[in-house]
Amino acid sequence: MATLTNAPALRRKARRERLRTLGFLSPWLVGFTVFFGYPLLATVYFSFMHYNQIEAPTFVGLRNWRYVLEQMPLFGPALWNTLWLVVVMVALRVVFGLGIGLLVTKIKSGVGFFRTAFYLPYLAPPVAATVAFVFLLNPGTGPVNDILGNIGIHAPNWFNDPAWAKPSLVLLSLWGIGDLMVIFMAALLDVPKEQYEAAELDGAGALHKFRYVTWPSITPIVMFAVVTGVVQTMQYYTQALVAGKLASGVSVGPGSVIQPGYPDHSTLTVPQLVYSLGFQNFNTGAACVLSLVLFAIAMAVTTLLMRKRAGLLSAED
Amino acid sequence: MPRKLAALASVLSAGALLLTGCANPSTGSAEDDPTKPVTLKFWHGWSEKNEVKAIDASIARFEKLHPNIKVKATGNVTDATVNQALRAGGSDAPDVVSSFTTNNVGQYCSSGMWVDLNPFMRKTGLDKAKVFPKTLLDYTSYEGDQCALPLLADAYGMYYNKDAFAEAGIKRPPRTMSELRRDAVKLTKRTKGGGYERVGFMPNFRLYQNSPDRLFAQWGPSYFGKDGKARLAKEKAAKEFYATTRELARSQGGYGPLETFRTSFGDEMSSQNAFLTGKLAMHLDGEWRGLFMEGAKFKWGTAPLPVPDDRPETYGRGYLTGTVVGIAHSSTHQNAAWELVKFLTADTDQVVAFANAIHNVPSTKAALTSPKLDSNPTFRAFLDIAQNRYSTALPPSINGGQYVTSLQDFSYGVEAGKVHDLDAGLRKLDDEIDADNLQAQN
Repeated sequence: MATLTNAPALRRKARRERLRTLGFLSPWLVGFTVFFGYPLLATVYFSFMHYNQIEAPTFVGLRNWRYVLEQMPLFGPALWNTLWLVVVMVALRVVFGLGIGLLVTKIKSGVGFFRTAFYLPYLAPPVAATVAFVFLLNPGTGPVNDILGNIGIHAPNWFNDPAWAKPSLVLLSLWGIGDLMVIFMAALLDVPKEQYEAAELDGAGALHKFRYVTWPSITPIVMFAVVTGVVQTMQYYTQALVAGKLASGVSVGPGSVIQPGYPDHSTLTVPQLVYSLGFQNFNTGAACVLSLVLFAIAMAVTTLLMRKRAGLLSAED
Repeated sequence: MPRKLAALASVLSAGALLLTGCANPSTGSAEDDPTKPVTLKFWHGWSEKNEVKAIDASIARFEKLHPNIKVKATGNVTDATVNQALRAGGSDAPDVVSSFTTNNVGQYCSSGMWVDLNPFMRKTGLDKAKVFPKTLLDYTSYEGDQCALPLLADAYGMYYNKDAFAEAGIKRPPRTMSELRRDAVKLTKRTKGGGYERVGFMPNFRLYQNSPDRLFAQWGPSYFGKDGKARLAKEKAAKEFYATTRELARSQGGYGPLETFRTSFGDEMSSQNAFLTGKLAMHLDGEWRGLFMEGAKFKWGTAPLPVPDDRPETYGRGYLTGTVVGIAHSSTHQNAAWELVKFLTADTDQVVAFANAIHNVPSTKAALTSPKLDSNPTFRAFLDIAQNRYSTALPPSINGGQYVTSLQDFSYGVEAGKVHDLDAGLRKLDDEIDADNLQAQN
């Protein structure tokens, strides 16, 4: 009887609790709804519409999907380039970042100088860094090919060669490795020294210490670097666009249309194609389809990495 | 459950309302009185000092004639910016808009983004057929909708280095494609290391103004059939054009070495332009290049580009394009905006003065024959190209210049030797253009 009498009061209390929880969650909920939920729903909606951003949208069924998946010749190269960069660039950045991190933690003298020197390129604005790289690697006038030529090496055409354009972008990304170096350096310095001492007492060499002490301690950080790297590379845009435009040597003026991806679409990524379709051709429907494809791939890869933990994390991590 | 359903229905309805409300709400009107005080916003693409000075002087002349209308001009505006701004709408959107390319006119007209000027012309008694040359009217309209008018034109021809010609013993500019190849080979100078000191005529499509559609104009191709479908695979001239450009490249060392040489060229609009620095002996360009040639350390001349060997009667033709101007759909001062558009495009003295100032081809019949026009023979050559009956402009398309972009992409592959079956490639290109155009249709 007492329980029945208190039931409304309990319900009111529970409701207050829920409201309080919702109140605390509301900034995130509002942000998530406005900046993620609504845009995602809108993207799905517009992927079935003809919409040129002037006239009202009209329903066209699967036409946009068929156009992107069957008729748009640039979709294949853009997807291939994006995935290539995800695999190669992310892997090399992680390996290189870890290598530099190891190096700067082992250096005995001039630590501050080397850490600063490796970190500084990361602070360069992406456009400026890309402009500098395109200039340095210009096959006709760049100093790099001059130097390589002088020592008898036949240098590639870098950003002007479809086979070398993506590796050149990878080179640019490795130059700006400062972000990963700092993260790995912090993780490496966090490994308990006692574990190394114990391993040394057991007769472990450098390789074994890395395999059995360092690696298990830093795998969550490696996992973090891989997942964020995959997500960032899926959105790779600025450097590829700037490098392609500059290396092509095509004039950019008020009346000119510059297609991204020079040379031979080798630097065309899906985000560039989304922009080109959505805000140059105003083919909103097709741009939304591409965005959804990109979102689905990013989600799938991230989920796979998180589920399987890429074989990096043990059950206890 | 009904409450949950009602909540879900409310959320979905709100979402649907939000999404379907995305049609641009900015609608302008032509109800304004053009004699009342008003400030017009005019966006244009000119950015060079002399060009900005010339358009500002034009605006000053207009304001003197229409003291009630003030014009706030913004320069260096790209088509992408115009496109995005007119879609975004708002009070800062321009009233009068211009574009340096005719490629997007079809898109501007068909989408209604630029208003049809026919009613304004009728209202103010401007007979467009009497004022403007037909080719220019064609490239400023789409399916009867005259959403733009020509604001000076551009004609493409050849600039050549007279000193290099004399050195190679060449008496006159080439008139046929065979002559072009023969002269280009004579004019090409290699370095000891196998590189280039000078190239006779670089056909590479990424060089400055060498977009494939411009040289292709020497064949006078038809891009679309009567049914509106792309017909490049059926166009005999397409194969001849690619064979000619590939042979031009091959005879001067090949596409690869030429492309590597191209990467050493300076900016097109600077004193490091490769023709200006003597790296190119002959060069495809527009009439405005003459203004940039003052610092040249050699004698130079202009001529029409050569034509195919089997069509010598068409010599004198060239590719035509130009700046176009129109009124934004969102403008609430469309009658006042029309006064500015009419003055800039149809007033003979204004058109001549502006053409002389920025070294462009005038875009009205009266201005083209005006005695006040610049009499410099290097400029006059382009006036002749503009008036040649074989000269052509690109046809407008509902999808703007996307078909030109597709042609460019395809041509890059051809010149690099990556298209092994040209017929199949052209058929695929036609399919691609048709699919893109279908996508643009509502």
